[in-house]
Amino acid sequence: MKQNRLLKHLYLAIASLVMLYPLLWMLSSSFKPESIIFNDLSLWPSQFTFENYPNGWQALRIDFSIFYKNSAIVAVFSVIGNLISCAFTAYAFARLEFNFKRFWFALMMMTLMLPYHVVLIPQYILFLKLGWVNTYYPLIVPKFLAQEAFFIFLMVQFFKQLPRELDESAMMDGCSVFRIFFKIIVPLSIPAFGTAAIFSFYWTWEDFFGPLIYLNDIEKYTVPLALRAFVSAEDLSFYGESFAMSILSLIPVFIFFIIFQRFIIHGIAMSGIKG
Amino acid sequence: MKKENFAAYIFLLPWLVGFFLLTIQPIVSSFYLSLTEYDTVSDPYFIGFENYEYMFVDDYRFWEALKVTFFFVAVGVPFKLGFALAIALWLNQGVQGLSLYRAVFYLPSLLGSSVAVGILWRQVFHTDGLVNYLLAFLGISGPSWLSDPDTSIYTVILLTIWQFGSPMLIFLAGLRQIPHDLYEASSIDGASKFRQFWKITLPLLAPVIFFNLVLQTIDAFKTFNNVFIISGGNGSPVDSLLFYTLYLYQQGFEFFRMGYASALAWVLLIIISIFTAIYFYTSKYWVYYESEK
Repeated sequence: MKQNRLLKHLYLAIASLVMLYPLLWMLSSSFKPESIIFNDLSLWPSQFTFENYPNGWQALRIDFSIFYKNSAIVAVFSVIGNLISCAFTAYAFARLEFNFKRFWFALMMMTLMLPYHVVLIPQYILFLKLGWVNTYYPLIVPKFLAQEAFFIFLMVQFFKQLPRELDESAMMDGCSVFRIFFKIIVPLSIPAFGTAAIFSFYWTWEDFFGPLIYLNDIEKYTVPLALRAFVSAEDLSFYGESFAMSILSLIPVFIFFIIFQRFIIHGIAMSGIKG
Repeated sequence: MKKENFAAYIFLLPWLVGFFLLTIQPIVSSFYLSLTEYDTVSDPYFIGFENYEYMFVDDYRFWEALKVTFFFVAVGVPFKLGFALAIALWLNQGVQGLSLYRAVFYLPSLLGSSVAVGILWRQVFHTDGLVNYLLAFLGISGPSWLSDPDTSIYTVILLTIWQFGSPMLIFLAGLRQIPHDLYEASSIDGASKFRQFWKITLPLLAPVIFFNLVLQTIDAFKTFNNVFIISGGNGSPVDSLLFYTLYLYQQGFEFFRMGYASALAWVLLIIISIFTAIYFYTSKYWVYYESEK
């Protein structure tokens, strides 16, 4: 029995290594000199260099500190926008009674299934006419208008679990629904906000399509767009540098994952959010 | 119950504004645009159903894109879900350190659509890349995976299978809902593990399988980021990685044929709707929900 258990751990460990090998290989390659990257499979560099990092950081016309700043701006505003607007919407659907509630809710759920591409071009034209192309507005403003139905759904599920008596007794004491929302619902819903915030951060941090369409000047690029510039210039053998910058771009994602693992895994199991 | 119309609509206001401005109005105008020729500079020029006619009759790249995408969905989704289910079953047998393994298997799925992973994949399957280096050890000289149109699609399929983590988590959550005594009772009756899997696990897991199938199929049709990076942004070699969304992007944002791109978007919507409808229609034959019994 005990041997069986050990064997199982051995298999699982091998499977884990296979899964992580490409990522670990990229990590170790980012510390290898250009010349040996493709002749060295080992995960421990036989020759060690830090140069890929400073070189990669400055490989493009603009250095990466600008790209990180840009990505951070977009991510922070997106998270804030998503949290506020989706919480508002979810509260109405979960706790208030109003005319046409079922109708609106059904429409909201339908947008979950709607492929983004159907609205893509008219949205682009709208933002173009507003003069917002090549600014961050098209990436941020929609987030303040509760357009991520996943988060609304997640919060509705959570708000519904909170005991109704809380609202009712507060109502007796003469609290308005606004006060109830801010004083009772919001403080109790930190776990749901946490999950939504983390996913919102991931999606905007890794978003490539939005910036690709809306941002033209390299000064405005977010990190994923800057990484893509490496690919275009790639056959000039920038491997080490592009690996180094790729690894750096994954670090925030990775750190969040370590810290908030429970939220994330629970969130996916609960709502089927994609990773 | 007392209605709180005023307050409720205040709370709904941001969503309502967004819904009309960024969803309803765009859906309507995207359909209208699909009947026009439009380059964003001059006014849309109405041409009726010509875009659709051209697409189905003359545009061989449209058919190429459909072929590539369908092949990817048909092969990628079943393998990915199969893997996810197999690993979930394996992890569900009570392993110490479950949360660690679960996290490790999930990680590729989390990093999945980032540009960094696209770059990684490009190097892993490069002619002088990691995979061919490993194969050389075994005395096999590997092909140029990404420049050969016969092999390029498989690298992307492998990438999507590697990201089986999120359906796996959903399967794990589903497996946990299955009451333990069902297995105990049936093993007292002498049912084999295999029989238990077919007669207990699969039927009770059917709603979760269904859910994952719908979600993953829709996702697969929308694949963009990785393919964009891996194919160098244009679906090459020889359009073998011309995924549907990539073609749509090219038409809209490289050739600025906004009318035609809108028509492509509508066809995508219809394809996805048909798939979803088929799933829902057939589901009554193979998905049973607990409450119906």
